[in-house]
Amino acid sequence: MIKLNNRDYEWEVGLTVQRLLDKKSFTYPKLIIKINNVLVPSEEYASTIIKDGDDVKVIHLLAGG
Amino acid sequence: MSIEKLKSAHKLLAEYKYELGKIEKGYTNRTLYINVGDNVIKEKPVTQLMKDKFIGGKGFGMYYLWHAVTPETKWNDPENEIVIASGPVGGITQYPGAGKSLVCSLSPLTGMPMDSNVGGYFGPLLKFSGFDALELQGKADKDIIIFIDGNKGTISIEEAPEEAIDSHILGEQLTEMYAENEEDKRNISVVSAGSAANHAYIGLLNFTFYDVRRKQIRLKQAGRGGIGTVFRNKNIKAVVVRFAGVKGNLNNAADQGKINKTGIKLHKEIHDFDAQQCRMRQVGTANIIEVMDQYDLLPTHNYKFGAHPDTYKISSKVFTGMITQNTPDGCWYGCSLSCAKAVDHFELKTGPYKGQKVIVDGPEYENAAGLGSNCGIFDPHAVLELNFYCDTYAVDTISYGTMTAFVMECYENGIINKEITGGLKLNFGNAEASLEMLHQMARGEGFGKLAGLGVRNLKKLFIEQYGADPVFLNDIGMEQKGLEFSEYMPKESLAQQGGYGLTNKGPQHDEAWLIFMDMVNNQLPTFEDKAEALHYFPMFRTWFGLNGLCKLPWNDIVPEGNKHSDEPAKIPEHVQNYVDIFNGVTGKNIDKAQLIVQSERVYNFQRIFNIRMGYGKRIHDAIPYRAMGPVTVEEYLSRAERYDGQLKELVGFNPEGKSTEEKMAALRAYREDQYQKLTDAVYKRRGWTMDGVPTVEHLQSIGMDLPEVIEVVKKHL
Repeated sequence: MIKLNNRDYEWEVGLTVQRLLDKKSFTYPKLIIKINNVLVPSEEYASTIIKDGDDVKVIHLLAGG
Repeated sequence: MSIEKLKSAHKLLAEYKYELGKIEKGYTNRTLYINVGDNVIKEKPVTQLMKDKFIGGKGFGMYYLWHAVTPETKWNDPENEIVIASGPVGGITQYPGAGKSLVCSLSPLTGMPMDSNVGGYFGPLLKFSGFDALELQGKADKDIIIFIDGNKGTISIEEAPEEAIDSHILGEQLTEMYAENEEDKRNISVVSAGSAANHAYIGLLNFTFYDVRRKQIRLKQAGRGGIGTVFRNKNIKAVVVRFAGVKGNLNNAADQGKINKTGIKLHKEIHDFDAQQCRMRQVGTANIIEVMDQYDLLPTHNYKFGAHPDTYKISSKVFTGMITQNTPDGCWYGCSLSCAKAVDHFELKTGPYKGQKVIVDGPEYENAAGLGSNCGIFDPHAVLELNFYCDTYAVDTISYGTMTAFVMECYENGIINKEITGGLKLNFGNAEASLEMLHQMARGEGFGKLAGLGVRNLKKLFIEQYGADPVFLNDIGMEQKGLEFSEYMPKESLAQQGGYGLTNKGPQHDEAWLIFMDMVNNQLPTFEDKAEALHYFPMFRTWFGLNGLCKLPWNDIVPEGNKHSDEPAKIPEHVQNYVDIFNGVTGKNIDKAQLIVQSERVYNFQRIFNIRMGYGKRIHDAIPYRAMGPVTVEEYLSRAERYDGQLKELVGFNPEGKSTEEKMAALRAYREDQYQKLTDAVYKRRGWTMDGVPTVEHLQSIGMDLPEVIEVVKKHL
């Protein structure tokens, strides 16, 4: 189990940031992603592995009108 | 008819000459008052109190409107005003998004003060012509045009019987008529309405700018709240301003260098990041259509659902292919965000202009969602045709979309039928019926004329005349305070329910858009967190309207360093930009906290203005249940896993073995209670009583304790 935006979320072996975004359909382009409060650069989404128990924040910046 | 013939039919009713002024630190220090009933034209000084307490733009609009009307004034009384104003920062050309006009009037939909912001050149050209604001009062006997020549220092009121009413023609006619030559057309801006505003309460105002590359006028809309209806009720056909000589330093800013430096920084960000972040320069605000669908936020079928399998047919990719590319589509000089997109050579299939090829200004996101998905219409050509006709007829696309979605749901439920609609088969997805209803609205005929009265009036009509169930209609009719909701699905975000409901003018997202912060990011877990956001963001965004600024450059482009900031949702670097350009223009020395206080004064003034008009209390901040949760079994079942999970985890209600109706009732009780608790928290944070009335102590603390304001609130405390 990981924390995703302070909510429980099922962890799986080999879960990457990109895989997480795909599973959650997080397609919005203006994201700030941190794992255990460390920023993940967008070019590293595919290669960054999320570990069991990690605290993941996927912050969508405001949109709308 | 030739322009000469149109002009020769004019009859001069009044003419006024004035000394050309000079702008000092963003202000001309003078406003223009025109009464079209008795043809009085006069100048008024801008007082220090106005500048200190109301700043400009919407602040000046609310201030003048307050003093023009009484609590008994109705929207169609002659004393109701339309006030158009830029703001002290408005008209600068160095920072993107600085050409907005703010328009205020008593609304035919709400009976309260309405504010609507609009691009195009009018506000800045009015200011460069010598006036910080324009008040229009009275009611003319016959159709008139007002012409302000900001170079010659003349203002005329002219009877104008022959020109068109619809904006795409009228704007061209008047640009041709009042420009001295082709080169001069860029110096003209026309404010006009359209034929539907003669009949409908959802009439808008179009503001033009002349597109020198296309050699045609473009239309931008002050859409919300029916101000175009007020305009036509006054028998004003158009207001035209001409000013030649726009330059980057006309505001006589206190520190031009600071403005230049701040602007260059943002231009670079837009250049570097727009293509990845928002594609405003490619497709404008329509960039988020499919994003909203993917997050279950795109209203479909009158806000029953937030997504639809056919959304791909009206996605931003589809519209990108229709919008003319690689053109600098700014609606004011210097706006490199260039979101004012257009489809050229669009051939109309219906209506009085059938077969003609026209420019469609848009589609904005709201148009695609309101005219399209919310009505179950996933045909991009139909969306564009509706978009075009709404604009030229002067119909607010948001109100039209939400109203049409409502009548479609009523039609599908048998509340109304073909006999009542005069043969219109208003099923979801019927674009042809929607277009015919719109043409009827413009002609003032049939069901279309009724539909133009808006959702609140239609609910009353359907209940009183056709025996509709009032509970169901009040649940599904997506209006509040009389204004139709804009096009975002708020069901799963309590904060956004407040962002729609706890507003001054009604459910328009320009006060706060908090869905991602709340629903996705989970950054606002407590009522107090939500209340803080529902204090900060409405106050921050109000400030754009005080200054003649557009919201988009604030957070639709994000600087590289934003991810390292403590409060990334606020885009702190851009907040500082606004502090800098305000100080740069006015010579003042505010900080980001004082910026919020500037807004708080006007925000509370507007709230008290609502109370003065007999509204503005807690009861008026209630929202229809469709905005909070599933009204029908169909809605519940479509997201049953989500709702069942919430019942277990949040409500403490075991859904096992329960009927859908029982589960819906439990969910409804919970969600309605949450909204009440949110309301309590927001009122407390805003310094209001639990009935939503600003306290004297709070008004004193923010410096909005004017005697006339205190006099109103004391009656309600």
